Amino acid sequence: MSDVKLKLKLKIWRQPGSDAVGKLVDYDVEVSPDDSFLEMLDQINESLEKNNQEPIVFESDCREGICGACGLVINGQPHGPVPRITTCQLHMRHFKNGDTIYVEPFRAKAFPVLKDLLVDRTPLDKILQVGGFVSINTGGVPDANEIPIAKDVAAQSFDAAACIGCGACVASCKNASAMLFVSAKVSQYALLPQGQPERQRRVEAMVKAMDEQGFGSCTNTYACEAECPKGISISNIARLNRDFFSAKLKSKNVS
Amino acid sequence: MSWLLESLNSSIGKKILMAVTGISLILFLVGHLSGNMALFANDGGKSFNAYAEFLHHLPGLMVIEIILASVFLLHILNALRLWVENKKARPVKYAVNASSKNSTIFSRTMVQTGSIILIFLIVHLKNFWYEYVILKSNDNLFEIVVETFKDPVYSGLYILAMILLGFHLNHGFQSAFQTFGWNHKKYTPFINFLGAIYSIAMAVGFASMPIYFLFFYGGN
Ligand code: HEM
Ligand code: SF4
Ligand code: FES
Repeated sequence: MSDVKLKLKLKIWRQPGSDAVGKLVDYDVEVSPDDSFLEMLDQINESLEKNNQEPIVFESDCREGICGACGLVINGQPHGPVPRITTCQLHMRHFKNGDTIYVEPFRAKAFPVLKDLLVDRTPLDKILQVGGFVSINTGGVPDANEIPIAKDVAAQSFDAAACIGCGACVASCKNASAMLFVSAKVSQYALLPQGQPERQRRVEAMVKAMDEQGFGSCTNTYACEAECPKGISISNIARLNRDFFSAKLKSKNVS
Repeated sequence: MSWLLESLNSSIGKKILMAVTGISLILFLVGHLSGNMALFANDGGKSFNAYAEFLHHLPGLMVIEIILASVFLLHILNALRLWVENKKARPVKYAVNASSKNSTIFSRTMVQTGSIILIFLIVHLKNFWYEYVILKSNDNLFEIVVETFKDPVYSGLYILAMILLGFHLNHGFQSAFQTFGWNHKKYTPFINFLGAIYSIAMAVGFASMPIYFLFFYGGN
């Protein structure tokens, strides 16, 4: 435990409501290097509340990198400068005394700011609703491991399923494209036998839903993969592209 | 057919159009550069003019030209459409832009390098195709080439444009494979390597023409 405190200048986006004009507001803080980024924001909020000021609104839930609630853009990078972690896993020891840190909400037309750093990410849920599932018959509980699945295939599916739906891929992409998220959700089922019956319908429906939500188109800059806290691979996007045109060519859906 | 139009209008469909036209242009450049190598024959332009004559009298030339022009137009119009749409997908910009930390400069400047190639293309068509094929101002294409490249400003800008073409191709080559869904642990590193070699070859190959006529070509 180090007791040398870091003096930092924070520039945090404050916006009273979705239609209000927002701006960056300066906060000078002293924090322990052992504090997490969100603990620092908690401390700022405590002192704001003490002074009868509005606390900064930001999202968090699990605070251990599994729920995907806590996306902040820190110095231009979603989830901050350290690869493969979420904002809640970021510790202040990665910053230097005297640093200026910009904290901004995810920016995308599909993710409107509701207040301060809180954005509306329901467009991701809308995409999940049209295909993020497999249909299974009711009845007796099937035996586990009844269907043989190669170890490496299961592992790839599992890697895709590691996506926590945080939206950092959208936030990092210069086109605010949701391709990495959608590709992970499509891939996790496309790789498994259980996902086959609905494979074509799923990819057609999810891409359609994605396009309807106002995300941009992928231009293969691969910024998403670099910023994704779960290391979701862009090879999933290649699979999504493949599945999409094979579905478009083969499916009987002509509308 | 509505399903086809709808598919091509989807975000992935537009990418596929970009990749199909991009790869076609990549192949076109190989042919174009190979033919132009006749410029270096050092025979006062005999081989080059013979090659130009041959192309000029190729049966079905018109059809080939129309296909090539359409591929260019589709690539350019679709690129501009994607650019406008993608800008709209992020109406409020970040105060801090950290894109250099997560992506290459080649990938982020496709519209800029593409637009410069477009300007180059217009000037290029005016100088060679328009003068030779339409105006028929000189039936010796080799002479037109020599005259044009004599201008150091023109040649300098030509070389610059070719370097930026190399930038465009370096991202475009591997990007098209990714768009087609061809991403594989075994082959993708090779594709990236091949793309880099290809873009350097094209930039150096096309730039070698103004360099040759500016510095090494002494008249006849
Ligand atoms: C000989 C000329 C050209 C060649 C060989 C070429 C090649 C390519 C290739 C292979 C791609 C990648 C496609 C993909 O991502 O799947 C591409 C993308 C692109 N090209 Fe070109 N291009 C040429 C000219 C132009 C011109 C004149 C423009 C004018 C605006 C342009 C603008 C773009 C843009 C903006 C992209 C990125 C689009 C995206 O990723 O969605 N290109 N090009
Ligand atoms: S793909 Fe990665 S960055 Fe995108 S939502 Fe999933 S976990 Fe977050
Ligand atoms: S709060 Fe759950 S991932 Fe950060």
